[in-house]
Amino acid sequence: MKKKSKFALIILIILMMGLSSILSLSLGGETVEDIPKSFVPAPPPSENFPCSKCHDNLPVNRKQRKLEMYHTNIVLKHAEKDRWCLDCHERDKLRLPNGELIDYNKSYKLCGQCHGTIFRDWKAGIHGKRIGLWNGEKLYYFCVKCHDPHQPRFKALEPKKPPMNPAEIK
Amino acid sequence: MSKKIKHSSGINLDRRTFIKGAAIGLAGTALPLHTADASFLDAFLQKHFREMRDEEIKKVIERLEKEASLEWKKDIRISATKAIPNVKFGYGLDLSRCIGCRKCVYACVEENNQSRIPQIHWITVLRFKKGEKWIDLENSEKYYNPKQIPEPGHFYVPVQCQQCENPPCVKVCPTQATWKDPDGVIVIDYNWCIGCRYCMAACPYGARRFNWAKPNIPTEELNPETHYLGNRPRYKGVVEKCTFCIQRTRVGKYPACVEVCPVGARKFGNLLDPKSEIRYIIENMRVFRLKEDLNTYPKFYYFFTGWQLKTT
Amino acid sequence: MIKNLLNALLQITKGGIKYYAWIALLLVLIVLGLGVYIKQLDRGLIITAMRDQVSWGLYIANFTFLVGVAAAAVLLVIPAYLYHFKPIKEIVLFGEMVAITAVTMCILFIMVDMGQPLRVWHILPPPIGKMNMPSSILAWDVVVLIGYLLINLFLVIYALSRLSIGKEYKLAPIFPLILISIPLAVSIHTVTAFIYNGLSSRPFWNASILAPRFLASAFCSGPAIMLIILQLIRRFSRIEVDNKAIFKISELIAYTMGINLFLLGAEMYKEFYSESIHNVPLQYLYFGLHDKMRLVPWIWASFIMNAIAFVIFLIPKTRENFVTLNIGAVLIILGVYIEKGLGLIVPGFVPDTLGEIYEYWPFMSEVIITIGIWAVGALLYTLMVKITIPVYTRELLVGGK
Repeated sequence: MKKKSKFALIILIILMMGLSSILSLSLGGETVEDIPKSFVPAPPPSENFPCSKCHDNLPVNRKQRKLEMYHTNIVLKHAEKDRWCLDCHERDKLRLPNGELIDYNKSYKLCGQCHGTIFRDWKAGIHGKRIGLWNGEKLYYFCVKCHDPHQPRFKALEPKKPPMNPAEIK
Repeated sequence: MSKKIKHSSGINLDRRTFIKGAAIGLAGTALPLHTADASFLDAFLQKHFREMRDEEIKKVIERLEKEASLEWKKDIRISATKAIPNVKFGYGLDLSRCIGCRKCVYACVEENNQSRIPQIHWITVLRFKKGEKWIDLENSEKYYNPKQIPEPGHFYVPVQCQQCENPPCVKVCPTQATWKDPDGVIVIDYNWCIGCRYCMAACPYGARRFNWAKPNIPTEELNPETHYLGNRPRYKGVVEKCTFCIQRTRVGKYPACVEVCPVGARKFGNLLDPKSEIRYIIENMRVFRLKEDLNTYPKFYYFFTGWQLKTT
Repeated sequence: MIKNLLNALLQITKGGIKYYAWIALLLVLIVLGLGVYIKQLDRGLIITAMRDQVSWGLYIANFTFLVGVAAAAVLLVIPAYLYHFKPIKEIVLFGEMVAITAVTMCILFIMVDMGQPLRVWHILPPPIGKMNMPSSILAWDVVVLIGYLLINLFLVIYALSRLSIGKEYKLAPIFPLILISIPLAVSIHTVTAFIYNGLSSRPFWNASILAPRFLASAFCSGPAIMLIILQLIRRFSRIEVDNKAIFKISELIAYTMGINLFLLGAEMYKEFYSESIHNVPLQYLYFGLHDKMRLVPWIWASFIMNAIAFVIFLIPKTRENFVTLNIGAVLIILGVYIEKGLGLIVPGFVPDTLGEIYEYWPFMSEVIITIGIWAVGALLYTLMVKITIPVYTRELLVGGK
């Protein structure tokens, strides 16, 4: 009896997971058709990529700490209290919270894990930027084109010159 | 008197320049060319754009291309691409994203051959203080010039031609020199406009600009790909305005301001296509149009996607 | 008849030293104006103070004022032809000539304001032009102004040609025209008011009281100008102008100025009591806005002039005394000129539709062109009067016989 109920529970969980994954695919999940064409994000800095080049020989250290030897230029200002490199990076791939590994050129999937509504707007072409043809093929700017993933806040800009005052126009 | 009729260069008008001025002035009012030749009469008698048959338009455009190329010392091509059927252009602007950088203003100037001196801008970016009366235009600032934008405590509202479905400017034009083309864009025939500026008085959005003097554009900056009703170089004494970059959008491209916007606040598409971005915005976002109480029915929609963009 | 008219035409070359000096002065002013206008043609309207923010200025202000003057001729036509008030009937011709002059000046002011004056034919009806009827009020204005001009021209020429052969002119054949001219006079000013009135983008103009205010102030300033002109004619010619005519006109002014001030009060009340955002231009005009006060002293000066003139014309004693009467007339002309000109056109654009305050103030160049057009008007009127006087007094006729 006990074994049976345990088994049923497992079956149920598996079923629910399956169902939810189907649901997420059809409702919120990205399908290839949703995103016709996109800008491939710039590859990570060449001296660091692929990560495995160095990290294959290093032990995995999940402890949050200040990096002092490498990657010192990376300042994490993106929910940094609850976040460590390995939450998003694994070997030469990006890591989704469920453990799935994805390519860098699918990075929007990772962003979309937390920023669901923005991800939805981005796919609709509302958040972020698309260029190309309004009545044809469009190119999407990836999230990381405008937001540094480690410090996603937009950088302030210098404005262009104000218009001339009418009294100055002669 | 002699003090007053001074050129800005400081040269007093003597009798000779006076007479020369008279001749040039008379020719110059009708002609882009400063020499009265055979095309003077052609230019003077040119028909209204919508009254010409296609082959007449072709002929006129040939002459205009020649005149413009001569005058601007650059090979200028003028197209007359017609509106795409079943298309009505609409524009969306995300106020929660705009950071007031004015990149759109200058991209527009360059794409659309606006005069540099005297300065003409089709887009005006207004800065508002947060926490004050909403869209209180009178307390807005268009000459803001901080080191960095966006400035804390402020938000920005770019304004350009709203391409009204019920355009007051078209209603008042005494010569029908301006009209709404089938794709909903309000255009001007620069060869038919008499320069009375009634449309400027009628426009609630300050979208129309007048060529108070002959426009001045450095040859190397002149965009030679033009449209008759859009960005071809204008004449002294005529009104001009935003056409949603008719020369680009009628061949499928996005307007220059959409393409340049660094925050992707500007959206554009076909209002008649239920799958377009602009329809998605209208149907799903919080949308408003400027001065709705005037019943002009702008096809320019301001919207919000969330909190205002913050920067480091 | 033609000989007599030609004889009359020749009169313009004859006159005393004062006459020649006057004509010479006008010609100098016209040439100066023309010179600056040529420069404007060459360089564009950039030589004016107008910019995109305030896109109509002194020219359109003068146009608006003069439409009022032209319309006011009807105030003489009604008592003259409809009520056969003899003292005015004798002078109605001079009123009609004021109308002709004023409409001519209106057309000139429109022409100098245009960016492309050579394309003016585009405004004609098809098949020549592409007049935007019925939706453009400017197109309507062209129709009524030209119609009014032609009717007045016809009436004057008809009267003169009859008089030149020594006959009293019969009313019957021209009576329909006179009847048309009355509503037309009202309509030129109403249509001009509607040009501004119909723009929802400009709350200062978009008030239904605008057209009535236009008419009221026009019926003050037009007759005031007539008062001055009639006294001048009386002084410089042998034409008798009955005091009764002059006092009748000043009585009319008392009424119209009363109405004018009342309508102004009504507008002020509505705007300032309701305190909507639309009273901003009125605030700018009367009290200044964000420390920009350019028009404030002018509009108050105008108001005070109108108010004083109202008192002068209201009291029979002062309106029948030629010193106070003339002071009153001049005050009205100035007062309405400011109110109808800068006080009406400029605040329509301040603040502009995006809230910017550009303090327009005419440049010397546009002032010189404006003076030039006034000189053209003065010259035109002087010459018309010069031709008319001998015909009127039948001097030529007697001499010819």
